[in-house]
Amino acid sequence: MAQMKFMCDAERCIECNGCVTACKNANDVEWGIQRRRVVTLNDGEANEMSISVACMHCDDAPCMAVCPTDCFYKTDDGIVLHDKDLCIGCGYCLYACPFGAPQFPQQDAFGERGKMDKCTFCAGGPAESKEEEYEKYGSNRIAEGKLPLCAEMCSTKALLAGDAQDVADIFRQRVVHRGHKDGAWSNNPQASADNLAYDAAHKG
Amino acid sequence: MNLLTAQAPGRVPRSGKGLALGIWRFMLVALVLALSIGFTQVAVAQADPDREMTTAAPGITAEQWRQVRSGETGPNYRDSRFDSNYSLINSSGETWREIRNRWVSPFGLIAVFGMAALIALFYFIVGRKELEAPRTGRLLLRWTLMKRALHWTVATLFIILALTGMTLLFGKFVFRPLFGDGIWAWMIAATKVLHNYLGPIFGILLVILLVSLIKENIPKKHDWVWFKKGGGMIGKKHVDAGFANGGEKAWYWILATVGILVIASGFVLDFPNFNQSRDTMQWANIIHAVGALGLTAISLGHIYIGTLGTEGALEGMTTGYVDETWAKEHHNLWYDEVKDQTLSEEEVAARKSSGGSSEPSATRTS
Ligand code: HEM
Ligand code: SF4
Ligand code: SF4
Repeated sequence: MAQMKFMCDAERCIECNGCVTACKNANDVEWGIQRRRVVTLNDGEANEMSISVACMHCDDAPCMAVCPTDCFYKTDDGIVLHDKDLCIGCGYCLYACPFGAPQFPQQDAFGERGKMDKCTFCAGGPAESKEEEYEKYGSNRIAEGKLPLCAEMCSTKALLAGDAQDVADIFRQRVVHRGHKDGAWSNNPQASADNLAYDAAHKG
Repeated sequence: MNLLTAQAPGRVPRSGKGLALGIWRFMLVALVLALSIGFTQVAVAQADPDREMTTAAPGITAEQWRQVRSGETGPNYRDSRFDSNYSLINSSGETWREIRNRWVSPFGLIAVFGMAALIALFYFIVGRKELEAPRTGRLLLRWTLMKRALHWTVATLFIILALTGMTLLFGKFVFRPLFGDGIWAWMIAATKVLHNYLGPIFGILLVILLVSLIKENIPKKHDWVWFKKGGGMIGKKHVDAGFANGGEKAWYWILATVGILVIASGFVLDFPNFNQSRDTMQWANIIHAVGALGLTAISLGHIYIGTLGTEGALEGMTTGYVDETWAKEHHNLWYDEVKDQTLSEEEVAARKSSGGSSEPSATRTS
């Protein structure tokens, strides 16, 4: 069974926001919500680097653990989805998420936030019909055998999506060809435990 | 090189001019050769990872990892989301999750159910505290209608908030498997709406209640003695108490401190429209949940003593009046001050039918 993952190669990302636009377009996301964002550290400095961030479909997902309604579930492909019919908009998933992925259409008094929205890895969500699914969660490209549009459209192929093993293989190959021992994600003291990129760089 | 060889065929040097051209051509070839060797050397160097490391744009440095982990953003940090004030990684999220799920949630449950079990045990072993002397039938006004109304409104709201709050924390383990998604979706949505809208009303009313009772709850020396003697709960020891005894004052001050903390953190959680950071929300949630579960546990003790645990206490808060004997046995110092204001049942009934709220209060500050 596949374990779907994203990975952004920070040595390639040129901060073009193509992924952000592709996602908006693929999923017809509500006004004000942007499931993917591009973060640039040290903009304009010699060590500038950019990375595209959205839900990373965590193995041990913090959002899932704290949700009071227990509305998250993991698909067989390791994709973290949620049921908007159960969501009460309490915001807990956002407090717990490492990547700031969950978003809300509003943020009003008395905790009125509306239904949480986040990246679905283009895998839709629970619904009675295809139309309802599209309306609530956006497209289900996975069901059509396609990968998330953000990664498919990435002009530099910085953003990779797919089975963790394939993504790791591609990245490892790049790292070897680049000649960089550590690839794009070096010097992370925590990496040996949990970082896909680091593992990829060191298996090759 | 290709350029040169393409020019070469069919061209033969003929004169001195031709010779000069030949020398030029040789030098050009030599130059190209030298250059291409240079290029090859560069290519070789590129294949050496160690050398590459020294010349390439640096990867992510330890300093950048520190920056990311600490969540600091700095002037050259960019985020393409239109209203985002988030750092790249929310590293406190996992800490919050651990504190809430691993500590607050199980220990909160232990506190509330442990307290309930202790109270049940106490009831079965020690039992209800009955009045020692027979009732005299003479009544004393203890709680005016205004205070009773305030107390019961606050109490009702408290119970609703405690139940809905605990549903937010534990409901998914019980009600979702029990009722199925259809009912659970409806139930948890109602839970959140009740909690988030009644919470602020509770907060405001509790503050009013606390202010209206502060005079009776200033700690006195005899309260300390009351505690040392265990409040006279067990056995027939005599303990001094004014209008409020030591235990009631303790409950008052717990509400005035922990209760205020719960209300304040509740307001922080309830009004995200002020754009509080995720870290603020995490802290507010922990303070709120710990305080609220603590209050819930302690409130069980208060409820027990006020109803099952003590004969004659509940009537004070329902009818407003207590029996003279009850006053003498539980609040002797207060009784000494107001004993000349006792009323017969008929007098009380007459007063009540003529509009209870205008009753003169028999409460005193001791
Ligand atoms: C002014 C009063 C109060 C306000 C404004 C308030 C507000 C809140 C809010 C906004 C939440 C987050 C849940 C969500 O947004 O869906 C919450 C959670 C909670 N509240 Fe309150 N609350 C108040 C009083 C109380 C009281 C009196 C209790 C208990 C006696 C209580 C118990 C809880 C509990 C147990 C949680 C769940 C914590 C968790 O899931 O981690 N609250 N409250
Ligand atoms: S929403 Fe956040 S915590 Fe949940 S799976 Fe996605 S990245 Fe992980
Ligand atoms: S906002 Fe919705 S999905 Fe997120 S924790 Fe609350 S109920 Fe769950």
